[in-house]
Amino acid sequence: MSGANRIAGAGRLTPARTVRFTFDGDIYTGLEGDTLASALIANGVHLMGRSFKYHRPRGVLGAGAEEPNALMGIERDKARRQPNVRATVQEVFEGMKAVSQNRWPSLGFDVGAVNDLFSPFFAAGFYYKTFMWPKAAWQKLYEPVIRSAAGLGVSPDEADTDHYASRYVHCDVLVIGGGVSGLSAALAAARTGVSVIICDEQAHPGGALAYETGVAVNGEPGFDWAVETACALAAMDNVRVLTRTTAFGYYAQNFVGLAERVTDHLADPGPELPRERLWQVRAKKVILATGAIERHMVFANNDRPGIMLSSAARKYLNHYGVAVGTKIGIYTANDSAYETAFDLKRAGASVEAIVDCRDNPGEGLLSKAADLGIEVLTDHSVINTSGARRISAMTVKRNRGGGSRSVAVDALIMSAGWTPSVHMFSQSRGKVAWDAETERFLPGEYAQDCTSVGACNGTDELQASIDEAVAAGSEAAKATGGKRAAKPKLKGTGAGNWSGGMAGSTAGAGPDTTVKAFVDFQNDVTAKDIRLAVREGMHSIEHVKRFTTNGMASDQGKTSNIHGLAIAAEALGRDMPEVGLTTFRPPYTPVTFGSIVNHGRGKLFDPARKTPMHGWEEDHGAVFEDVGQWKRAWFYPRAGEDMHAAVNRECRTVREVAGLFDASTLGKIEVVGPDAAKFLDLMYTNGWQKLKPGRCKYGIMLREDGFIYDDGVVARIAEDRFHVTTTTGGAPRVLHHMEDYLQTEFPELDVWLTSTSEQWAVVAVQGPKAREIIAPLVEDIDLSNEAMPHMSAREGRICGVPTRLFRVSFTGEAGFEVNVPADYGRAVWEAIWARAEPLGACAYGTETMHVLRAEKGFIIVGQDTDGTVTPQDAGLSWAIAKAKPDFVGIRGLMRPDLVAEGRKQLVGLKTKNPKTVLEEGAQIVADPNQPVPMKMLGHVTSSYWSENCGHSIAMALIADGRAKTGETLYVPMPDRTIEVEVTGTVFFDEKGERVNG
Amino acid sequence: MAEALAARPQYPLEGLVAGSAQVQITPAAPASRLALRARPDAVAPLSKALAVKLPQKPKTSARGTAAKTKSRQALWLGPDEWLVIDTDGADLMAACQPATGTFSAVDVSNRNTAIIVSGAAAEAVISSGCPQDLSLKAFPVGACARTLLGKTEIVLLREEEDVFRVECWRSFSAYAFAFLAEAARDPMV
Repeated sequence: MSGANRIAGAGRLTPARTVRFTFDGDIYTGLEGDTLASALIANGVHLMGRSFKYHRPRGVLGAGAEEPNALMGIERDKARRQPNVRATVQEVFEGMKAVSQNRWPSLGFDVGAVNDLFSPFFAAGFYYKTFMWPKAAWQKLYEPVIRSAAGLGVSPDEADTDHYASRYVHCDVLVIGGGVSGLSAALAAARTGVSVIICDEQAHPGGALAYETGVAVNGEPGFDWAVETACALAAMDNVRVLTRTTAFGYYAQNFVGLAERVTDHLADPGPELPRERLWQVRAKKVILATGAIERHMVFANNDRPGIMLSSAARKYLNHYGVAVGTKIGIYTANDSAYETAFDLKRAGASVEAIVDCRDNPGEGLLSKAADLGIEVLTDHSVINTSGARRISAMTVKRNRGGGSRSVAVDALIMSAGWTPSVHMFSQSRGKVAWDAETERFLPGEYAQDCTSVGACNGTDELQASIDEAVAAGSEAAKATGGKRAAKPKLKGTGAGNWSGGMAGSTAGAGPDTTVKAFVDFQNDVTAKDIRLAVREGMHSIEHVKRFTTNGMASDQGKTSNIHGLAIAAEALGRDMPEVGLTTFRPPYTPVTFGSIVNHGRGKLFDPARKTPMHGWEEDHGAVFEDVGQWKRAWFYPRAGEDMHAAVNRECRTVREVAGLFDASTLGKIEVVGPDAAKFLDLMYTNGWQKLKPGRCKYGIMLREDGFIYDDGVVARIAEDRFHVTTTTGGAPRVLHHMEDYLQTEFPELDVWLTSTSEQWAVVAVQGPKAREIIAPLVEDIDLSNEAMPHMSAREGRICGVPTRLFRVSFTGEAGFEVNVPADYGRAVWEAIWARAEPLGACAYGTETMHVLRAEKGFIIVGQDTDGTVTPQDAGLSWAIAKAKPDFVGIRGLMRPDLVAEGRKQLVGLKTKNPKTVLEEGAQIVADPNQPVPMKMLGHVTSSYWSENCGHSIAMALIADGRAKTGETLYVPMPDRTIEVEVTGTVFFDEKGERVNG
Repeated sequence: MAEALAARPQYPLEGLVAGSAQVQITPAAPASRLALRARPDAVAPLSKALAVKLPQKPKTSARGTAAKTKSRQALWLGPDEWLVIDTDGADLMAACQPATGTFSAVDVSNRNTAIIVSGAAAEAVISSGCPQDLSLKAFPVGACARTLLGKTEIVLLREEEDVFRVECWRSFSAYAFAFLAEAARDPMV
């Protein structure tokens, strides 16, 4: 048995196909195709959750994505639980575990429900006004308590074991919505051969045809026609039909995000299926066929379980075969609820009364109701309801006064009319326009190449919707290159009247300030909250929204926006269009992080770049550090060594013998063309025209503002060919910077830039024995000091492989940088290592590289400079060519504040206690005893223990620093103050003789 | 001496295989490559020197016609930019030496590596991370583009209806390969 409320012969589910699931630990049986909501209602369960703020008992309001109340936690296993799933969307599967939310200790008895009793204190804006004092309590008390009480559902705390798929797809026509309008449009477009995607958020196509059972298309029952049409479309090569797929975001240039739920309805999906598939669609034309969402009536206590939208009750009956109650009340402001009443009555439910707040319902309805024996109370309102965990009675009153009476009911069906679903249209940046005649917002001015058809366009009549959709489909196809094809002939009959209705609160919402007549169920916003907002001075609907939270969060005002607006407009005494409509934001319904993150987790979170020598480095025990996306060998600890010991040994060994360093990550740009030198003259502060082929030069690159942007050694390979190196982190941006200037400022130059960072693997061999190590491996190059002095470059062969061999040094030692094609990087490294190791050399990492260069006072751009440092500040004035008329940054360098006295300058620091190593970033002051806040002169940029010097070394940017050489300054730390002496930046081999060794 | 010293190359992705019944993902064989930039005056001389007519139409490629240059393809990457690939490993730098006109040729044989994605689901798998329209209509055999795959830049070439060449920088190749392997888990739909 799949529930006592299942009506034999009603609905489309197969009674034999039962599914067992649990809700809050109790076992229930549903049918395949049921949503969690329909299965629970079939089993007589209406209490499905507690409301957000007041913890009021709530049941379902809707039967689809508009559901604001019945949000559940759905669990497949411990790792796979998802909070805030709409019970009206989640299909049941064998073994599914559903749990209610926002209640403790249980759904039936919830401690938080006291909030409802104290609700006079929790009016809108309560948080803004209440937790102001004492100020300190906000962080320690109020916020933690509010945070733990707020929010819906519980996030999973284990890693998601599902995988997610993604697909970019381009199509001619994207149809959003698979109801009668969407299908008609898709059919018309598909016939012309253009590529069509049609998506619908539900498990089945058909939209309202699922419950609007009176409708026939071409004489066939509407829903059957929809299913057949969707099948026929899916069978066409040029059409993709996506069900269970929500178009959640409409972005620029017809870029639409679709989330397809692939396995959420399956009991045992198997590991190969992704849980969800994210479709990122670029469509030439978009047809919006998103239908309309029914509004509820706003009256006192309109939120008890058992009170729901008319369309929902009708869908539960006609699609799922479930009666939402046995004694049913109807409260309506339009005609469409009558059809629900008639269907329920025919299915055997007792319809106690149709309460219509209008005087004159649509033609024929009264007589039809009379024929079925249903009492209709026109010009009446439901002013209140009663019942604890489910509605038990409604209080009915004539609008023009008189006494009220109570009618016992176990379900109350309501309809205030239909709101065209303009969410996607609004997301596309289209402007909605107020239609005074029908009193609703409709698509107005379009911002993108899309069309709205059917109910979302305010087209109420069935045949008109079909015709409009067919025309839109044909038009879109024609505009995107479709062949001529006969338009589909579709005749729709038997639809009820969906027009009319009301917006705002009813008589039952009362002027009383204690009445809870809910406007926004998900955010617990009542009519009085909106009136309060207006009284508090919120006159713009955007302010009202923020003050009350109406229409916020995952709900995005699907049922509440228009009511909220109408109530605010009434309180303001203005027309609705004057008050305006809030913006709809993506996503339309929540999208999982899984879908959005998609492949981008674990090792695919970000590329991990490794050099050709990485494997060797791993084999030799290197510890790696991240430098941007690169994994660089940091240091090579030997047995028993910590980082400190390893770095000390490496530093010593390089200066005493030699060391091998993997410099492959250095950025490299090949600058080629007859104007190459001219271009470099413009990009660097240095002059390049006179540099001879075979020579290298250290270059500094500025930004337009005169501050250092990058530095590196540049080798001239030939008259028209330079090998430029950049910092590792600077490689991409330096290339972009150069390309940008080349294309926009100097397009007349015949020169091109090609990144060769990864073409070359680079082995830096540094130290007194560097030459001895590589000499036997090198052919055709004379390595002698005379033939190949410091700062020269040669082309030749090493280990039989072509090389660009540079005599350069970032250590102050004599050294070479061996560039070889990357495929040979590891082999050449190993060959050099085979020579180096017996001589007592070591492999060293980035930490040693940093120490050695600091011993020599070589800067690292980005560490010793921070984007506000000029070459003069860094002590690099010598690198600025005096005679050049122009280079990027030349005007910046002349700015008054860049030539002013007292700028921060790069200097060296020696601690008075040689063993003390300063902290990088530490502030420097002249007088440590001055009151806080102290006047800070600058900060430490680089600081290390120097094994070679036998004392700590540091560099710092200090105001007027060079003039302070020899002075004592202070570095105040939390636990002590460190005395330092200002020095030059070169700590080792001050004369710089070793590079020539 | 040189013989004894001859270093052996080590290629990225060597030995890796991934995919499913519907798609195969394999590293391409080593190839020589040229990043070629040229002013209009050099296009014809370069075409002649390389024996491949440098394509002028966006997103197209051309293949050498001579027996010796059938292994050679020139991919249009920009109005003055081509990627020339020779799967036989010919010395492309030497080949374009004789060409006259203003141009820049840079050897990027080792900068790039390539992954071959083939099979019925090849297009779908690449579309998992590539925002280009890869339908045959928009991206026919021979079409090429510098584009994205997930978080990395690639040059994509459709060699056959269901065979794609994915060129990427070598340090991104492990990511690109893993991305394609992950995408291949999704059954083709």
